[in-house]
Amino acid sequence: MSTETKPQIDIDRSAGDFRYEMDYAYDAGVGLTEATIDYISDVKGDPDWVRAFRKEGYRKFLEKPMPTNWATKDLDNIVFENIRYYLAQGQQASRSWDDVPAEMKETFERLGIPEQERKFLAGVEAQFDSEAAYSNIKAAVGEQGVIFVGSTDGLKEHPELFKKWFGKVIPSGDNKFSALNSAVFSGGSFIYVPPGVKVKHPLQAYFRINAQNFGQFERTLIIADEGAEVTYMEGCTAPKFETATLHSAVVELVAMKGAKIQYITVQNWSSNVFNLVTKRGLAHEDAEIKWIDCNIGSRLTMKYPGVVMKGKGARGEVVSIALAGDGQHQDTGAKMIHAADNTTSNIISKSISLGTGRSTYRGMVHVPKHLKGCKNNTECDALLINSHSRTDTYPAISVRGQGNAVQHEASVSQISSEQIFYMQQRGLSEAAAMSLAVNGFVNDLVQQFPMEYSVELKRLIDLEMEGSVG
Amino acid sequence: MPVPSLSILDLHASIGDKPILKGLTLEIPKGEVHAIMGKNGSGKSTLAKIMAGHPDYTVTSGDVLLDGESILGMEPDVRARLGLFLAFQYPMEIPGVTIANFIRAALQSRLPEGEDIDAIDYYENLYKKMDLLSMSRSFTSRSVNEGFSGGEKKRCEILQMAMLQPSYAVLDETDSGLDIDALKIVSAGVNSLRGPNIGMLVITHYQRLLDYIVPDKVHVMSEGRIILSGEKDLALKLEAEGYDWVEKEYQAA
Ligand SMILES: Nc1ncnc2c1ncn2[C@@H]1O[C@H](COP(=O)(O)OP(=O)(O)O)[C@@H](O)[C@H]1O
Ligand SMILES: [Mg+2]
Repeated sequence: MSTETKPQIDIDRSAGDFRYEMDYAYDAGVGLTEATIDYISDVKGDPDWVRAFRKEGYRKFLEKPMPTNWATKDLDNIVFENIRYYLAQGQQASRSWDDVPAEMKETFERLGIPEQERKFLAGVEAQFDSEAAYSNIKAAVGEQGVIFVGSTDGLKEHPELFKKWFGKVIPSGDNKFSALNSAVFSGGSFIYVPPGVKVKHPLQAYFRINAQNFGQFERTLIIADEGAEVTYMEGCTAPKFETATLHSAVVELVAMKGAKIQYITVQNWSSNVFNLVTKRGLAHEDAEIKWIDCNIGSRLTMKYPGVVMKGKGARGEVVSIALAGDGQHQDTGAKMIHAADNTTSNIISKSISLGTGRSTYRGMVHVPKHLKGCKNNTECDALLINSHSRTDTYPAISVRGQGNAVQHEASVSQISSEQIFYMQQRGLSEAAAMSLAVNGFVNDLVQQFPMEYSVELKRLIDLEMEGSVG
Repeated sequence: MPVPSLSILDLHASIGDKPILKGLTLEIPKGEVHAIMGKNGSGKSTLAKIMAGHPDYTVTSGDVLLDGESILGMEPDVRARLGLFLAFQYPMEIPGVTIANFIRAALQSRLPEGEDIDAIDYYENLYKKMDLLSMSRSFTSRSVNEGFSGGEKKRCEILQMAMLQPSYAVLDETDSGLDIDALKIVSAGVNSLRGPNIGMLVITHYQRLLDYIVPDKVHVMSEGRIILSGEKDLALKLEAEGYDWVEKEYQAA
């Protein structure tokens, strides 16, 4: 591979901040009307039911108010008319990196994706703007009957499986942004793991935004059949633009009886991205769904991964780390809906606010009165790096009925100048001291990430700290 | 070239507009151990922190030279990497950062960009130093000073000093909070680090410590100045007769 820098690339210090000039073969233009949706449906060759689903989503999107009655007013700064909703080169997702268009291939090589694939992944999907450029699964995993394709291929090649669960965990009208996603979705993954199959290595998707004024609306559906186990990881980056970029995904997980799904996100969006994502899993009897969510970057992130514990003995877990740098707002949390006896949920959230950065935790735990033996544990800890930082906690815990237990702990702490001085006295620069303290704060959670991701996370924290201290 | 030393020259310093050091002069030649004794509040910890570059204090005049070079304009970490070590009277807790990772990061900060600590050598060295201080191996995975007893904190300071091998070390009340057994262990650890390549300034207000770490010189500090310097038997005299006579003699002079 050639490593020389081509003239059309502008690159910055941070790993994800570069872009290529592209001629898109398919461009839905700027703004959103019913014609935009027809354009997308035509290009993708959607079956009729999908086209109808999109139109329904569009109608709900128009109906739904912005959630600014409870969320930040910054949402009002999204200008839907200025966004481009579909950009693709008409590429089929290739199964070999050699067949991926040059600019896209170089993009993912610079982000280290092929290398990670060789080292430790069972399968990779790499999405460039609206569509996947690459999608492949290791032969051994495919032979077990595991399906790992893009959502477009998923709905075409496996309609029975796809249709059964698509839009069922998160109805299109769940909120304004899930409705928007339902109208214009494109890309994302479809995964099916047959009964009893335990996928040893993680499957990974990487979402890359390259174009300006663009909206990325991927849609992911993961189904783990009875007793199956799978870990999915997603990473995402975008270059820095002057104008706002929108990322609004919908992710639905279905864990059948006794299945286990672990979903890991490490996002590192540039500071112009509005990241408004709806993620929810449905856990049947004795199933387990765990969201590990790490939010670094973006202008505003609103994300509250949830688990609906529908079967007895189901377990839901959300482990999240949010880092709000200067000027950023991380509005994150978790939703735990207990809908059967003896279900257990656990939420651990740690946020770090730097400079004018702001972190908000919103939690919702619901245990209705008729249930027995349900448990929830919620811990949320906030770390403030300086006095401008702001943190808010909104736990909404409604636990009714007898024999249900809930435990909630919250803390706010600061890195003191005495701690920094102590570390500097040992030779660490101020930035290194900050990084070390922040890494210490999230250390117990980082341990839960796969090694490769915890290294990446540490690197991202170091970069943020370097930027924050002169 | 003169004997390398850590020297403090007519140092005046204040916190806010409250003067604390009022013309302090002291020289610690490399290879020697000096002790500062003085009552609580006489400014001993302030002196230590100013040398280390604590941002809360303002030096109004005077200088601190490390081997002839003024360090007052330098960031605390630059001074540290230059070879100055401070064992804190009150060491800070760093939650979630293990001792092993902390010391490793400190050593790493002394290496040029792109060079890495060899993990095997590092742990070998760390365990050796821990044995010297009778510290259990399980200590390495505990967070720095978090939930430590007073004695454990002080041991951990000396462990860091042993690992970082400074050319000058200031030990601020390393004896406080130690029982007699711990005091012996910590003192033995400090003594094992003595030698021609290090100058030490041992701060204490009990002479007890100086039975174990025998100094080359003893200085008495009062109200931000050194008011008397002498040989090691001065410590015994202070223990027997208190500080008042020194202050009276100083005022008379
Ligand atoms: N941060 C501070 N703010 C105000 N006064 C201080 C501060 N630190 C020390 N002092 C004052 O400076 C004087 C010397 O304190 P210190 O250096 O801790 O003495 P020692 O270590 O000899 O007991 C004391 O009067 C103390 O109250
Ligand atoms: Mg003191």
